[in-house]
Amino acid sequence: MDRALILDVRDVRYRYPGAAADALRGVSLGARAGEVTAVLGPNGSGKTTLVRVALGVLAPSAGSAAILGRPAPSWSRRALARVVGVVTQREENLFPQRVRETVLLGRYAHLSLWGQERAVDHAAVRRALARSDALQLAERWIWTLSGGEYQRVRVARALAQEPQLLVLDEPTVSLDVRHEMELFQLVRALADRDALAVVLITHHVNLAARFADRVLLLAEGQAAGSGTPAEVLTRETVERVFAWPVSITPFEGAPQIIPLRKREDGP
Amino acid sequence: MKWLGLALTATAAFVLAVVLGPAHVPLAELATSDIVRSLRVPRAILAFLVGGALALAGTGLQALVRNPLADPFLLGLSGGAGLGAVVAIALHLSSPWALPLAAFAGALGAMGLVYRLGLVGGAELDPRVLILAGVAVGAFAAAVTTAIASLSDAAQLRNAFLWLWGGLSGASWDTVLVLCVYAPIPIAVLLAAARPLDLLALGEEPARHLGADVEALKRRVYLATSLLTAAAVAVSGVVGFVGLVVPHAMRLLWGHRHRPLLPAAFLGGGTLLALSDTLARVAVAPRELPVGIVTALVGVPVFVLLLRRWTAH
Repeated sequence: MDRALILDVRDVRYRYPGAAADALRGVSLGARAGEVTAVLGPNGSGKTTLVRVALGVLAPSAGSAAILGRPAPSWSRRALARVVGVVTQREENLFPQRVRETVLLGRYAHLSLWGQERAVDHAAVRRALARSDALQLAERWIWTLSGGEYQRVRVARALAQEPQLLVLDEPTVSLDVRHEMELFQLVRALADRDALAVVLITHHVNLAARFADRVLLLAEGQAAGSGTPAEVLTRETVERVFAWPVSITPFEGAPQIIPLRKREDGP
Repeated sequence: MKWLGLALTATAAFVLAVVLGPAHVPLAELATSDIVRSLRVPRAILAFLVGGALALAGTGLQALVRNPLADPFLLGLSGGAGLGAVVAIALHLSSPWALPLAAFAGALGAMGLVYRLGLVGGAELDPRVLILAGVAVGAFAAAVTTAIASLSDAAQLRNAFLWLWGGLSGASWDTVLVLCVYAPIPIAVLLAAARPLDLLALGEEPARHLGADVEALKRRVYLATSLLTAAAVAVSGVVGFVGLVVPHAMRLLWGHRHRPLLPAAFLGGGTLLALSDTLARVAVAPRELPVGIVTALVGVPVFVLLLRRWTAH
């Protein structure tokens, strides 16, 4: 089945103002409905920059980024928020709020300027909480949540936007094994069950290999590999990109990377 | 229920401001008294408008710079207005509108300078830079103000000093009218920004992805809060603490959603300043305290209580 292409980034280049080198040098990224695309790469390889270019926050100096066939920079933030939900790396909590309230913020792009939240908005919030298995947290204060619960709530807020594309930027940082697995399984289920297109930026090469349909491996602003996990995550490529010796072992059909110990006397 | 309570308190504050004063006016003569009609009523309305404007501006500014301790005067406006006023006093400009206009011009000058400094890379308004620029511009203006004041004679100095502490003795139907024409636009801009301000509390990047046009929002809110504050300072001097304390008190009652919070802050700020001004007029009658002293005397203890409650969490 040919799945609908939601996000289409082609050969983009980007340089931050005042920087000496390009942060992105000709990178392409596609996201299709029902598929999880993982973006991997060392720190500073351009993962977050790529997402910012893809979503029209930054304008590329060359190449193009399109969402549903329309150039990313031409979308208004409001219209785009109805199509793309983003779980950013960081957010602040300036004022105390409850889970239900923060998820309701996901409905902003669906509301009129002076209008009240309608029944459909509250229904969307309930649905989003249920889908990310956070319904039982609805009345809790944000500050009482554990790290894993908080991330599920943030996914719920993005789902309340009723997007076709979900972007998650390192959502499992500082989570323990159980919460990591819960989040990856949730992301997989959203793609399988609800046909969401998912772009997942992560440092978890092994979990990405098991849960993603496609991976894009970035190194110094360029694609070191793009395709299925088995195509991209070869020993030679991984060792080159991460500058560390590894061994690759298949597990459940996905390549798993085991970093080797470097010997003091050898290469 | 909360709204009814607030409305009743506001009405009571307004009635007290009209009934009480250094001159005794029998209740039966309230409607016909010249003192009431041409002095107390416009003054009560002005106190209410200025207090409301300052509390509204404070609420918006706290959301904009994402700092709960922000005050409408944080961004250098009091310094600029003070400088304008002291220059007008030193130059012996005697027209009744000279002082407010000079203060307004000074506040607008400071606002423009701070805004320009806050635009990082010529495009993005950075709230952190905005605060630093505001503090720097305010300090510079205060230094120049003090320099001018120290070269003036004693009577002028006293005028300048009293003006800086805030007061509504210049109230007239004219000032009320000017404010009624001027204030609705920035107030409407702030009320329309209520929902996106809720998003901004999460940070700029999350707000953008939830659908807020963050750059336009920051500009609009900065300009609206500054224009409100500049007008308030022009007609009443630097009335402190209303813009800092009232937003927090209203957050305790209404929560942090800006849609109910902004109008509640307006009513709360108006009530507090109307009450404070009544106290300022009658406490040491026939003399008058600068109302900024009363709001500080009332505001600081309330604020300390709030801080204790806040840090107890």
